[in-house]
Amino acid sequence: MIDPIFLLEAAVNGIMLGGVLALLALGLNLIFGVLDVVWIAYVDLVMVSMYAVYFTVMVYGWPLWLGGLAGVALGVVLGLLVHVLIITPILDSPPVNQLLATGGLLFFIQSFATFLWTTDHRSVRIALPPLEIAGIFVSYARLISFVLSIAVMIGLYLFLTRTYIGTAMRAVSQDRGAMALMGANPQRVYLVTSAVGGAMAGVAAVLLSIQYSVHPYFGAAFGPITFMICVLGGLGNMVGAFVASFIMSEIIAIGGVVWSTEMGYVIAFALFIVMMFVRPGGIFARRQ
Amino acid sequence: MSATPGRIAFATVVAFLGIAPFLPMAGMKQYMLHVVIQIFIWTFIGQAWSLMGRFGLVSLGHGAFLGIGAYATTLLWNFYGLTPWIGSLVAVALAVVMAFLVAYPCSRFGIIGHYFALTTLAVGEVVRLLIIAERDWTGGSLGVTLKAAGDASFIALQYADKQVWYYVGLVLWLAGLWVWARLDRSMARAAMEAIGEDETAAASVGIRVTRFKLWLTVLSAALTALGGVAYAQYITYVNPETLSGIGVSLRIVFAVVLGGMYSLLGPTVGTALTIALSEWLRIVFGVKFIGMAETIYGLLLVIFIIFLPAGIYGSLADLVRRRRRPAAAPATA
Repeated sequence: MIDPIFLLEAAVNGIMLGGVLALLALGLNLIFGVLDVVWIAYVDLVMVSMYAVYFTVMVYGWPLWLGGLAGVALGVVLGLLVHVLIITPILDSPPVNQLLATGGLLFFIQSFATFLWTTDHRSVRIALPPLEIAGIFVSYARLISFVLSIAVMIGLYLFLTRTYIGTAMRAVSQDRGAMALMGANPQRVYLVTSAVGGAMAGVAAVLLSIQYSVHPYFGAAFGPITFMICVLGGLGNMVGAFVASFIMSEIIAIGGVVWSTEMGYVIAFALFIVMMFVRPGGIFARRQ
Repeated sequence: MSATPGRIAFATVVAFLGIAPFLPMAGMKQYMLHVVIQIFIWTFIGQAWSLMGRFGLVSLGHGAFLGIGAYATTLLWNFYGLTPWIGSLVAVALAVVMAFLVAYPCSRFGIIGHYFALTTLAVGEVVRLLIIAERDWTGGSLGVTLKAAGDASFIALQYADKQVWYYVGLVLWLAGLWVWARLDRSMARAAMEAIGEDETAAASVGIRVTRFKLWLTVLSAALTALGGVAYAQYITYVNPETLSGIGVSLRIVFAVVLGGMYSLLGPTVGTALTIALSEWLRIVFGVKFIGMAETIYGLLLVIFIIFLPAGIYGSLADLVRRRRRPAAAPATA
């Protein structure tokens, strides 16, 4: 039998992981809600930003906060580039073409990163002692990531509810046609959405880079679980994605301790499939 | 006789069939033969995918069926010495069960579009991760090599001679074309197109939506698993990354969409092009610039999808149709 203390530790770690996953899921969900496009390569953009943090901090010796800002800025630029170069020309194409265009981008980014930076794992090493609370060890890096990701999500919430453009974004996600009729400029809303989505990817990249080492296939490790979370919470549903992140991260963390990391993921994905059948519209969907 | 795209396609197939059986005898290089065999097998898999894809059932998880097919026969042979002739039946049966488990609730509860794509993606990932997690059996991410059969190559379905595989591939390809054409001419096609357009409307005119989708998914999964068996027997090595999960699933879809999934030869053209392209890039860059070949591959895919949304073959067929129309117009006037 597994010592309950390990389970408790896994549960705490699960919550920490859930914060960052929620950040990823909210960014992707925001883009889906407004643009009705799933960026298959979303987490690969995160990977590129992680490299930015790694190179600015570890190679050029910038302070972490400055490197972090560079990572976020790069995320914004990448988000805008993806929207302008890839999504805009195919906004009216069938969904399969949109999925595949960003899927092609996934191949492109992964292999180009392999070409540029090889498959070596690189990590931003910050020496922080683990924190011990009642016999449970929690890494400081994870705690900081968790707190920051919650702060950023509160910021996103305020942005969406308190600003004009944020309100416009929510309006578009509810009714695309009516939005144009009201005289708002959908193009501008799309651009801002992609930039904000990119910024979320950048922030997630910074928070992930102080916990995990980065490699070209980082996106493959975190991508599928991010999609699952979005669908589980209901595509475009922010609160749903937030809750789903913690459900999934707990399953992965506890499953990882009890069986193995892969089994944790298998259980999480299996639960996802089952949930799709029980509640196809996401955990918070109203029954029709 | 006017040159409709359908007739041209048909004539191309017939012409190719005339020379196909003799190609390997003309001293084709082993490497060329290898490329052509791969094109045959992957086209077959692409055709299987397009049976669903063309009706709006976009699956991003066909790697699941592929992996089940490849691993079932390989493991049954390695551990129990069961001949792949029976093993492939088991593999297809497993894929059918899997397809049923996924497709029934999906059709029943109306999971379509993005939701369907992402659900199937999860299914593909489950299979990939299960293969990795059960590493005592499956060799984990290192993969598994098919046990050599020695003399019993017919029972083991292992042939070192590439010519044999050329004909196996040819037969598979033709079978795929036949299934595609058969479906194209059946009543099911009209029903499925109606379902693809609007499920509720289709159901209201008496089309059994669930039954049609289920049937199509099961058929597609069974053929995909068969393709997986063929690939595993040919390569004699299976690996979770190349046979299941998101990577291979996307590659299948790419090839088909690139060729054009609404036409008979679309999957063939798309698969031939993507395989030729990646082989060519691999030769050009070799081991010098690791990742460069795939980088260009990805970039070209994005460009193709943006500029040729109907696929290469589909766009060509449109062009033929458009060229014909001005010529035909004065005749009717």
